[in-house]
Amino acid sequence: MTSYFTITFALIFLPASVVLYALAPKRLRWCVLLGLSLLFMWHLSKRLTALFAASALSVYACGLGMEAAVTQRGRAIAEGMAKKDARNICKKRMRAILAAGIIVNVGLLIASKYLEFFSRAVIAIVAPSDDGASGLASLGAPIGISFYTMMALSYLADVYRETIPAEHHLGRLTLFLCFFPQIMEGPICRYGQTASALYIGEPLKRRNLYEGALRILYGMAKKIVVADRLNILVETVFDGKADYDGGIVAFAAILYTVQLYCDFSGAMDVALGMGHIFNVELPENFKQPFFSKTASEFWQRWHITLGTWFKDYVYYPVSLSKGCKKVTAAARKALGNRYGPLLAGGIALFCVWFLNGLWHGAGSQYLFFGMYYFAMIFAGGFVEPLAQSLSERYRIDRSSLPYRIFRTVRTLIVVFVGELFFRAPGLRRGVELFSTMVKSFSLASFADGTFLTLGLDAYDLVLVLIVFAGVIAVDVARERGVSLCTELGARRIPLRWTALVALFLVVVIFGAYGHGYAPVDPLYAQF
Amino acid sequence: MNTLETVIGILEELAPGVDFETCETLIDDRHVDSLAMLALVADLEDAFEIEIPAVEIVASNFNSAQALAQMVDRIKEEELG
Repeated sequence: MTSYFTITFALIFLPASVVLYALAPKRLRWCVLLGLSLLFMWHLSKRLTALFAASALSVYACGLGMEAAVTQRGRAIAEGMAKKDARNICKKRMRAILAAGIIVNVGLLIASKYLEFFSRAVIAIVAPSDDGASGLASLGAPIGISFYTMMALSYLADVYRETIPAEHHLGRLTLFLCFFPQIMEGPICRYGQTASALYIGEPLKRRNLYEGALRILYGMAKKIVVADRLNILVETVFDGKADYDGGIVAFAAILYTVQLYCDFSGAMDVALGMGHIFNVELPENFKQPFFSKTASEFWQRWHITLGTWFKDYVYYPVSLSKGCKKVTAAARKALGNRYGPLLAGGIALFCVWFLNGLWHGAGSQYLFFGMYYFAMIFAGGFVEPLAQSLSERYRIDRSSLPYRIFRTVRTLIVVFVGELFFRAPGLRRGVELFSTMVKSFSLASFADGTFLTLGLDAYDLVLVLIVFAGVIAVDVARERGVSLCTELGARRIPLRWTALVALFLVVVIFGAYGHGYAPVDPLYAQF
Repeated sequence: MNTLETVIGILEELAPGVDFETCETLIDDRHVDSLAMLALVADLEDAFEIEIPAVEIVASNFNSAQALAQMVDRIKEEELG
């Protein structure tokens, strides 16, 4: 069992979890979920689970410490201390505890994933002539460390902001951090979103079981039929030594974007489906991203919980800090309301995208990926008012279908290029591939059939096309506010079961597994 | 001039052409984007002599002029108390 997409997990672990949950008395159901989550983590991470335990303990202690500071504030005010003084003392204590919590948790993340990268960077600065230095080795990462660390930090920040109470039970806080449906690839949940549902232990509901199972199968179809199949071609072009023309590179960049979408959003369907079965509604992580009209909108629809995390805990705290406020005030006087805030917004946006790139991994391609989107979204802040005034001047209807299509296609090109750099094994290879795509673009490889020699034949490509068209059709329905899972859940039994069995058969018959296919780990589990 | 009127005045200057008395989707429909938000926060802080902490920057506080006015009144009250 290495992920949700294994027979052991799908046919043994998950069904056994559901049965155990159903059999347990209500007050102990959260304990069942905790036990199963820790078992899942131990199975995948072994001794590295200790790093998770250290993280959970530190977050628990810091939460209680901050709560104690608030209690002391109340007591001091009741004893006659001026409110302002009591608040200042409390804020100072809470800030120190919050800082300690951040240092411990970010420190653990760095030690697990980034130690080698940072130590090599330091050596490169201090002793640039020492080419052979390998730096310190990272400890190795327990499963989901990038995800649960973000959840831990948001919990600490929310307790500090006094928008949630500190959790008094270590076991419950641990369950919030490592609930097995979300631990591998998120979504990155906030304490206020899922904690109470996790502890309440609502009984299983027949409708939730059906809708959850349907969504799990839908996610599996996206991952196993489309994403895992495309992996063969993507690996051939990105990781292979052979030279391809620009047309093939562009083809591979598009197919990698499709692969990543089906892989990651498929894993989210599985996670949200499992959560739904246990009556825990995890937040959506995708909202039809390919319909976006700008790069900024794309990131409001793709990996939503990561984007909102950065917005709430980095973008606004930085852009509304005292220093940035001064910058905004001065810039608005000089540049006006539209362009004035761009400077402070740009500083905050840079912080967000630097951290976003780094969050994905300790590689130059990820840092470049972050800076690429920073540049695109920052440039969008300049271009948008210009585009607005030009369209008014030349009477272009921005709500017309052709204009909307133009904006969507333009955004898709930005996304495909970004994913090309993201997938490339290193920045150098990314630049090489991009340069090939631009300088030697040709459709000759499609005319002479070279594109069918990259690991996928015509059958595979047609199959991918058909299933992906189905995925887009579901997205169109969602864009119009229709959830097929909910719709089918309300229908009569024969239709419900036909849909479930049909999806199951699609996965079993057309899945890219077994002979000729290497198992592909979920792509975001490595981040 | 009461809080709501002042808030509407500030919004009209930042994003003209929106009916701020009835609109309840300022954030959801992107009438106020993240950049306009920075200008809006600065103007509200200046006009009401308050400090709006980052924790208050949530869609429910910024989706309508009424919600903004309520947030301003609440922060004023907290700062006085």
